[in-house]
Amino acid sequence: MTAVLSISNLTKSYASGLQALKGIDLEIRKGEIFALLGPNGAGKTTLINIVCGIVTPTSGKVLADGYDIQRDYRAARSKIGLVPQELATDTFESVWATVTFSRGLFGHAPNAAFCEKVLRDLSLWDKRKDKIVTLSGGMKRRVMIAKALAHEPEILFLDEPTAGVDVELRRDMWNLVLGLRKNGVTIILTTHYIEEAEEMADRVGVINKGELIVVDEKTTLMKKLGKRQLILHLQERMATIPTALAEWPLELKSDGTELVFTFDAQQSESISALLRRLVELGIGFKDLNTRESSLEDIFVSLVHTR
Amino acid sequence: MKRGTGYPARFNAYGVLAIYKFEMARALRTIWQSLVTPVITTSLYFVVFGSAIGSRMTAVEGVPYGAFIVPGLIMLSLFTESIFNASFGIFFPKFTGTIYEILSAPISYLETVLAYVGAAATKSIVLGLVILITASLFVPIKILHPLWMVAFLVLTATTFSLFGFIIGIWAKGFEHLQFIPMLIVTPLTFLGGAFYSISMLPPQWQTFSLFNPVVYLISGFRWSFYETSDVSIGMSLAMTLGFFFVCLAVVGWIFKTGYRLKN
Repeated sequence: MTAVLSISNLTKSYASGLQALKGIDLEIRKGEIFALLGPNGAGKTTLINIVCGIVTPTSGKVLADGYDIQRDYRAARSKIGLVPQELATDTFESVWATVTFSRGLFGHAPNAAFCEKVLRDLSLWDKRKDKIVTLSGGMKRRVMIAKALAHEPEILFLDEPTAGVDVELRRDMWNLVLGLRKNGVTIILTTHYIEEAEEMADRVGVINKGELIVVDEKTTLMKKLGKRQLILHLQERMATIPTALAEWPLELKSDGTELVFTFDAQQSESISALLRRLVELGIGFKDLNTRESSLEDIFVSLVHTR
Repeated sequence: MKRGTGYPARFNAYGVLAIYKFEMARALRTIWQSLVTPVITTSLYFVVFGSAIGSRMTAVEGVPYGAFIVPGLIMLSLFTESIFNASFGIFFPKFTGTIYEILSAPISYLETVLAYVGAAATKSIVLGLVILITASLFVPIKILHPLWMVAFLVLTATTFSLFGFIIGIWAKGFEHLQFIPMLIVTPLTFLGGAFYSISMLPPQWQTFSLFNPVVYLISGFRWSFYETSDVSIGMSLAMTLGFFFVCLAVVGWIFKTGYRLKN
């Protein structure tokens, strides 16, 4: 896979002395959905804003589709679309006017058919003549997405696209994202809803305090860092764990009615040994279930251990 | 690494046009206020200065007083409207946050300035012509050097739009937009011979007035009408061009450093 976006040794220090980014290296592959996760103030938006030309980097280099974002900013920026986190829209302009404006601003000849398609995909076609000020927050969010897509970008940044958005729009948006990916558009998104990243992303990067802690395939990440648990619902309350079970890392939960065995992907064969030993000891259980840690659990443990 | 053959290659004409049209559409939405207000204001000036007071005033350097003040009045409106239009045009996106799109677009700073300042100057020029036409209904006007008149009109509108653009970027709030026009430009215009000839002042004030840049602008513009001027036409042109290039240099610096635009 070729890198459509290549960031090397990128740093940003603000005039206030805040070091927002401390040497970021990141390659985004063409056509992937990349989720950038991190707590508030981790540097996600700074990173995006540098790539899009809104913030000037202190040092480092960014290539968008092979073009240097500073020296060849025209070529680089015409490949990139941005939906920023804050709702910022024109006021008295119509939806149609603002979307065609964006297309022109990015150096494209007018194309009414394309703009119409973008508006229809976002269920905005009926609203095209409405003034933006009259639209609801969700509709304004759609308008911002339409503006970002108006110049047919190859790389799309979605900064917290689903913050404060209702279920319907969220679903529409993910359908749109999947459709864009099918057409070869690379998508980089940040989100606080980690289950979304878990569902959508091909790869995940976790950023904290201006540093990329981890970048990996989502499935690899979950396999490597994820934990699995076997939960046994005991027939009788257990006060302490018998020493005969000492070789397994077990915990008692729910007032001694649940026995929890936490294991990682490599240890799964020890489940049968544990179950055999329980039968030998005459410890009965009514039910059992297993659970896998979510990306959210992994994220929280990553961010907190640093 | 690829080198800059990407699209749009050299000049983002569609981008410039998009901003220009956006700004003009904003004016067209409020065309009524944009044009009717200055027409009424100008008419009032002529009722007061032209008919009421002007009839008791002697001609200035051979020009009837009512006609004498026309170039000054046009200049006064040109200054304030150019500054207002251009400063508001760039301040408003900063205020609403939509500036992100301009900053992230493949458009150079010169193109951005060309679009915003071009639109603001266009509006001012139209306004100046509307005032000229309105004035001609009240007083007899002759324009001895129409080409110079247009040149001064365009140059002044462009220069003050650039100046307004700078104010719009500098401004942190709406009150800042009013600050410089009210506190500096309007006083300088009133003291710059909009309603009188500098030669009517006591000698020490005449010398003092020569430090007022607006004197040169009004004088040059009035010369193109009546061939009467307080300073030489060459001096007027040089001062106007000088102010233009100073503003251009400041705008260049703003974009280079990202002053109040980028972090």
